[in-house]
Amino acid sequence: MKEDKLIIGGHEFSSRFILGSGKYSLSLIEAAVKYAGAEIITLAVRRTNSKEHENILDYIPKGVTLLPNTSGARNADEAVRIARLARELGCGDFVKIEIMRDTKYLLPDNQETVRATEILAKEGFVVMPYMYPDLNTARDLVNAGAASVMPLASPIGSNKGLATKDFIQILIDEIDLPIIVDAGIGRPSQACEAMEMGAAAVMSNTALATAGDLPVMAEAFKQAIEAGRKAYLSGLGRVLTRGAAPSDTLTGFLHD
Amino acid sequence: MENHYFVDSDKLSEAALKKKHMLETDPSSRTNHMEYMEGMERIKSDIMYKVMTEMKNYDYSQYTARDVNAALNHETCTVEDFKALLSPAAEPFLERMAQKAKLETQKHFGNTVYLFTPLYIANYCENYCVYCGFNCYNDIKRMKLNMEQIEHEMKVIADSGMEEILILTGESRAQSSVEYIGEACKLARKYFRMVGIEVYPLNTDEYKYLHECGVDYVTVFQETYDSDRYEQLHLMGHKRVWPYRFEAQERALMGGMRGIACSALLGLSDFRKDALASALHVYFLQRKYPQAEISLSCPRLRPIINNDEINPLDVHEKQLCQILCAYRIFLPFCGITVSSRESESFRNGIVKIAATKVSAGVSTGIGDHESKYTGKESEAAEGDEQFEINDSRSFDKMYKDMSSEGLQPVLNDYLYV
Repeated sequence: MKEDKLIIGGHEFSSRFILGSGKYSLSLIEAAVKYAGAEIITLAVRRTNSKEHENILDYIPKGVTLLPNTSGARNADEAVRIARLARELGCGDFVKIEIMRDTKYLLPDNQETVRATEILAKEGFVVMPYMYPDLNTARDLVNAGAASVMPLASPIGSNKGLATKDFIQILIDEIDLPIIVDAGIGRPSQACEAMEMGAAAVMSNTALATAGDLPVMAEAFKQAIEAGRKAYLSGLGRVLTRGAAPSDTLTGFLHD
Repeated sequence: MENHYFVDSDKLSEAALKKKHMLETDPSSRTNHMEYMEGMERIKSDIMYKVMTEMKNYDYSQYTARDVNAALNHETCTVEDFKALLSPAAEPFLERMAQKAKLETQKHFGNTVYLFTPLYIANYCENYCVYCGFNCYNDIKRMKLNMEQIEHEMKVIADSGMEEILILTGESRAQSSVEYIGEACKLARKYFRMVGIEVYPLNTDEYKYLHECGVDYVTVFQETYDSDRYEQLHLMGHKRVWPYRFEAQERALMGGMRGIACSALLGLSDFRKDALASALHVYFLQRKYPQAEISLSCPRLRPIINNDEINPLDVHEKQLCQILCAYRIFLPFCGITVSSRESESFRNGIVKIAATKVSAGVSTGIGDHESKYTGKESEAAEGDEQFEINDSRSFDKMYKDMSSEGLQPVLNDYLYV
């Protein structure tokens, strides 16, 4: 099997597990990265401190790609401003767009997300938009210059798994960009399932933060994601989920 | 049991005493607390009606263990479930409620806890609220900081590492004008990432102005949602107008503020009804303004200068914990602040269950941060405190304590954009 790389905006990654960082102790970040084998870690720009105090940026191990997110943005303009600020802070060109105008479920605003993607892609950002899995929006995001599409599996923090499974599958089937499943993945088995479906990567935060032993859970996710990826590459496909292949052909009577 | 609120100062003139006693004893000498005063904006909103209807019809004695059990087994907590969780029938279920609340808190906030500190810049007050240390008849050292003094206080606080500040005044438009508050907030923006205010209720355009000065969070405590009881406790001044206060959060959101906080002061009235109304107040606000960041506080009455007998009556720590667990289960996404009115041990425990924000390095006095933070004798005058705090941990101590409880302290979760 040829080397299997995740390519986002021209950047190559071996790991397909993107780590969140906002819900657990800063001191655990290093171990989480190590056990997860993660190469990308998200960071809420709004969490960075302005003063000389424990700063999240100091806890990110070297060599890991920072994926600053725009959480807190309520519309495209705010997201754009936060992304630019992240770049000024030295967080690089990657940006995960999160735009919510609902504080209860934190569901992303697809329309504003497309708008922000367009602006930031033009400014040279590697734009990774968090979105509600809708095919039309995903196509708009492709046209707007997104580097990947990040549909939610279920409401953020809910640990409910692939509640939007069928719609994520449509994105995987129809969109040529990496589909990274984000939000709602609560267990390694769910991450594995997403990967079996053909997701390019999985992102998780709450599932780790709420685990009894964070590094062990990080490793469990890593293994599940690798297993799911291998299953996908092995040609598991979706056909099998619809029943086994029949032993007698139905079209054997055709002779011409 | 009742609190004895009325204390006479020997410094009051005979005329002042006479007026005070009349306000206390003769209801007809008091203004109509449901009538807006001149200059108070009226907005179109049905939230007050909805909250009051639910509160009026809430008979917590009718809920049984069966209702509580059902509420705890439901995936989403309805208003009816919430009422059961607040009822006396839920008291034996406290541990189960705490377990469920903890799960909800973790889902939405992970293992984080936010830290902030209040800064009182003036303690002048034009109101006679009988339980409050700042009330206009209470004999305390009054003070209003000038901009230089405010900046000095802010520097001292900022040096400790704090990123979020809550600016408070006594409720006096004459002494602490909107412009005065606005200038203080502009200074705060220089030193802090998050600026909130807890001042007298304002009109929409005034909130808009303060938002432009850098404020994004507005806290207004309704004290009690029982308007008849409110009338007996807030005897004089603008604060006496109950509906104008109720609508403050909504005006703040209309003025462009990002977030609001609501609360009753527990111990003033029937705490179960007040807890129900507080939560429904934010619940209905969030439905109408889904983008708003909402939070709840849960202060209990504390002793004040010249009256150390004031206490939260029947709201013991157990009841407070029950309320907080019920809040969390009903409003999983809502910020919950537990102030320094509560003890160190209570705060250490409750942040692991339901609370998401605690204050640290707290003073409710005026101009005394340097002496309190560094132990250095202050050369300038200091103003007296609003109430006695219970947990006097410094910012550093709180940061360390929260970390050792297994929580990640968060100093900032906000960008002013």
